[in-house]
Amino acid sequence: MTTAPPHLDESPYERAQQSPEFAGLRRTLRRFVFPMTAAFFLWYALYVLLSAYARDFMGTVLFGNVNVALVFGLLQFLSTFVIAWLYARFADRKLDATAEAIKTQVEAEIEGGAK
Amino acid sequence: MTNARTLTIVLFVVLVAVTLVITIWASRQTRTATDFYAGGRSFSAFQNGMAIGGDYMSAASFLGIAGIIALSGYDGFLYSIGFLVAWLVALLLVAEFLRNAGRYTMADVLAFRMRQRPVRSAAAVSTVTVSVFYLIAQMVGAGSLVALLLGIKPGQTFLGMSADTAKVATILLVGALMIVYVVVGGMKGTTYVQIVKAFLLMGGAILMTILVLAAYKFNLSDLLGAAAEKSGKGAAFLEPGLKYGKEVAGDPTQTFYNKMDLLSLGLALVLGTAGLPHILIRFYTVPTAKAARRSVLWAIGIIGSFYLLTLALGFGAAALVGSKDIVAQDAGGNTAAPQLAQALGKRFLGGDTGGAALLAVIAAVAFATILAVVAGLTLASSSSVAHDFYANVVRKGQASERQEINVARASAFVIGAISIVLAIFAQKLNVAFLVALAFAVAASGNLPAILFSLFWKRFNTVGATSAIYGGLGSAVLLVAFSPVVSSLPTSWFPHADFAWFPLQNPGIISIPLGFFFGWLGTMLSSEKADDGRYAELEVRSLTGAGAH
Repeated sequence: MTTAPPHLDESPYERAQQSPEFAGLRRTLRRFVFPMTAAFFLWYALYVLLSAYARDFMGTVLFGNVNVALVFGLLQFLSTFVIAWLYARFADRKLDATAEAIKTQVEAEIEGGAK
Repeated sequence: MTNARTLTIVLFVVLVAVTLVITIWASRQTRTATDFYAGGRSFSAFQNGMAIGGDYMSAASFLGIAGIIALSGYDGFLYSIGFLVAWLVALLLVAEFLRNAGRYTMADVLAFRMRQRPVRSAAAVSTVTVSVFYLIAQMVGAGSLVALLLGIKPGQTFLGMSADTAKVATILLVGALMIVYVVVGGMKGTTYVQIVKAFLLMGGAILMTILVLAAYKFNLSDLLGAAAEKSGKGAAFLEPGLKYGKEVAGDPTQTFYNKMDLLSLGLALVLGTAGLPHILIRFYTVPTAKAARRSVLWAIGIIGSFYLLTLALGFGAAALVGSKDIVAQDAGGNTAAPQLAQALGKRFLGGDTGGAALLAVIAAVAFATILAVVAGLTLASSSSVAHDFYANVVRKGQASERQEINVARASAFVIGAISIVLAIFAQKLNVAFLVALAFAVAASGNLPAILFSLFWKRFNTVGATSAIYGGLGSAVLLVAFSPVVSSLPTSWFPHADFAWFPLQNPGIISIPLGFFFGWLGTMLSSEKADDGRYAELEVRSLTGAGAH
């Protein structure tokens, strides 16, 4: 491998990486998944911490034999289902078309030997 | 009891026959390395979602969680929640990127822009370690389960076997079957076994849940009340704290450790899933990243529904069987679900015969559960040995596809044989923690390496090996010096005391350490990240350009 000046030796991947379309795709993706990860992690951490340290609160009876701990646990299920659904909807609408366009472009360049 | 045994054995034989037919059929369609490792990438998102469920919902989930809920009430639910929420890590941060960037194993992504040999060696070590821990736990579980389900009590014999011989025979049988599934059927055979298992398990769980709820006129609150009353612990049975994070009166230090242990378990559960090699390789069995996303959605659907059902099963067992009868059968509570099946069968399906019939059905479901999981684990570890260690470390990428598959088949055989031997020796030990340890190792070693590889440009070879060996090493060492191994009556060495680490689960220390070692190794190494390869990884993982 010889070291050529960067602009002459750029691969289709590097050119794609530097394109505004890819920058936009990466930004859109990260703006969704990173905050969402932080959100569900904190929400889960809150649940575990309350289970460890706020037993009286968790044991509060809401109705019949159903207490806060049970409802909180079921809400973790609900939030997991909802976040998964939101992400799928987001990815279908905001990511897939752009990703596909960049993919087609990069693969065409590789195919055409445009190195 | 004789009738129950006959029926159980008939169902077991039918199950084994069906899975073997599937395996042989799958073997005829397995020609290339992609067929063997990734099922030809030909599965649909729905099929793969069900297979993920079949791979993930282990005997620890079905029998273990139902048992913990039956004996300790609410605390078993903590497991279900951690196991489920963990899927969001896989969905948002791992599944699609891994599918796009990798080919057959976890190491394909880790080594993408690093020096191949050190990173692939580390990944193979960690894959085999995690999978073998998990395997032993499943196989030992299978041994005691089958002995119990066939009702072989100490002193009795069955087909000329005592209870201990029957346990060893079961371990041998499970081991032989998992080797056959993987060696003959590869990923295709394994996947279909997992799909069949997922449907059987859901069917069994749904049937039992409906019967439990019917016993309480579909009033959940009444079921909870009956469970709490029969447990003898009252309202505390429905609250966290009977098993984990126990408050020890007059001993604030132990109370603190117990709470830390609960947090540690919670962390390992939620971060472990996305680092389990046998789960990660399932994403390669679908054609595109979008299909990988859809399969995780299906998986979240089926796994979430299943864990909701275990709540009814656990509390149902507490209310209808009762902890006294459960503990009399198995101190760990692992037979709570089958015992519940027997009680429900008696009540709804016509006396003792009905009880025996439903017990036999649920026993067969539990057996299918174990078979599907051990097959997935054997496949993951043999794939890593063949593709990472043999093809890329030993042969430096010069091995032919045929040679690689032959090595994969041979390693499935060897790993299977080693696991059988270890499981036979581990029979008398408390192995429940091995699954938690596998999760801790996956979260401490594999997850940091995967996330840094994908999202941190500067990350390099030394960083990757430091994260894996550092995370793996600290998790294993901390457990070696924990009360699991010495100092308590339930430890492996109850009479020795070298347990200077007070927690049962190492996650809360070893997971941050894994990330720290990954960072430290990267910063201490003079190796520069390869910009060109990072560009390729980033574009490929996000768009699928050039993906296999």
